[in-house]
Amino acid sequence: MTSTKVSLPELDLHAYVDGRLPEKRREEVETFLAANPQEQERVGVYLQQNKMLHALFDPVLAEPIPPQWRTPDQRWNWRLGPVAAALAWIALGGALGWLLRGELTESSGKNVDFARRAAIAHAVYSPEVRHPVEVTAEQEEHLVRWLSKRLGGDLKAPHLVDLGYELVGGRLLPGEQGPVAQFMYQEKNGQRLTLYIKTDASSERETAFRYSQEGTVGVFYWIDHRLSYALSGECGKEELLKVANAVYQKLNP
Amino acid sequence: MDNADGIVAHIPPLRRYARALTGDHAAAEDLVQDTLERAWKRFRLWRRGTNLRAWLFAIMHNVFLNQVKADQGRQNQAIDIAEVNLPVAPPQDERLDLRDLNRALRKLSAEQREVILLIGLEQMSYDEAAKVLGVPVGTVMSRLSRGREDLRLLMNRGSATAQLKVVK
Repeated sequence: MTSTKVSLPELDLHAYVDGRLPEKRREEVETFLAANPQEQERVGVYLQQNKMLHALFDPVLAEPIPPQWRTPDQRWNWRLGPVAAALAWIALGGALGWLLRGELTESSGKNVDFARRAAIAHAVYSPEVRHPVEVTAEQEEHLVRWLSKRLGGDLKAPHLVDLGYELVGGRLLPGEQGPVAQFMYQEKNGQRLTLYIKTDASSERETAFRYSQEGTVGVFYWIDHRLSYALSGECGKEELLKVANAVYQKLNP
Repeated sequence: MDNADGIVAHIPPLRRYARALTGDHAAAEDLVQDTLERAWKRFRLWRRGTNLRAWLFAIMHNVFLNQVKADQGRQNQAIDIAEVNLPVAPPQDERLDLRDLNRALRKLSAEQREVILLIGLEQMSYDEAAKVLGVPVGTVMSRLSRGREDLRLLMNRGSATAQLKVVK
């Protein structure tokens, strides 16, 4: 029986390796292989290749899927996103700027811009239902390390649970001169606050809290240890001040 | 799964395939992202009831082909094995073998690599792989057969020097 077959179609060997032969044919192939050690070895190697491919690459299956891959809503995340985001940014900035033109012209300078950018970022991201943040609080350690690295400073995401605000997560944003970080917090009724942080290496000084009302968004902002902070929210000035104080104290224990 | 969730279900395999195809973490993530971007945009063009997996992998194949074409001017760029992301840390001996396999994969033609991965890793049928790649089944078979044999020979050759290469 073994002597009747000298060779086997190559196609059948591969179909055997890939488990795609009907049972009867598979048995025939096995009989053939048993009588042809050289071919058997070759088939063994091919089987091993498939096994190794799985060993090598199956772990990729377990990697968490970036949230922006899960949705056709790509406005802020895809490569085209930055264009759309920038346009919206400018439009929003323009609208806010126009609405706030009185306030903006009376106080001058960079800090107002900073507060305004923080307010825009708040207005853009805090209503997001599905993608408020890039990295969620579940990966807080990674989030803080990542943003610290990108900003080149030692960031912390202060815990505000005692004030009723849970950390949602954070994201990296383009600032005027480089990367900016935004942490987002949420109260149980859904009210959100954002803490917007940029590095301010040039400035050693610390400042007191300043307040800026940008449309419906209130912003407390200050500089501390070479980092500029802006806390934005629509919860009212008093509540916002309370949280800003807590943030400051938690960052300066 | 005739809705958008269907796409999401295929993301992990697409990512695995991209990683195996490019051998580079960042390039693979870009490939997945570009693929999904197109897929979401064209999702309405996908005919319900047809094979969504083949449709998605075909998109990835086209994106990948464009990149290969774009890279052709920079052919023969050496791949630093130390940079190739090995997602696993199995026992030492096995890891050597896996590194050998990964290195050998890079030396195959892109066409052979695609076929070997679609069939050996993604476990597609020959018909499905043919559909993804837009070639006749016969072509898939000949690439598969040549590719597996080349891979075997490359690994035989590689094992003699594996010890040295892995040091870095």
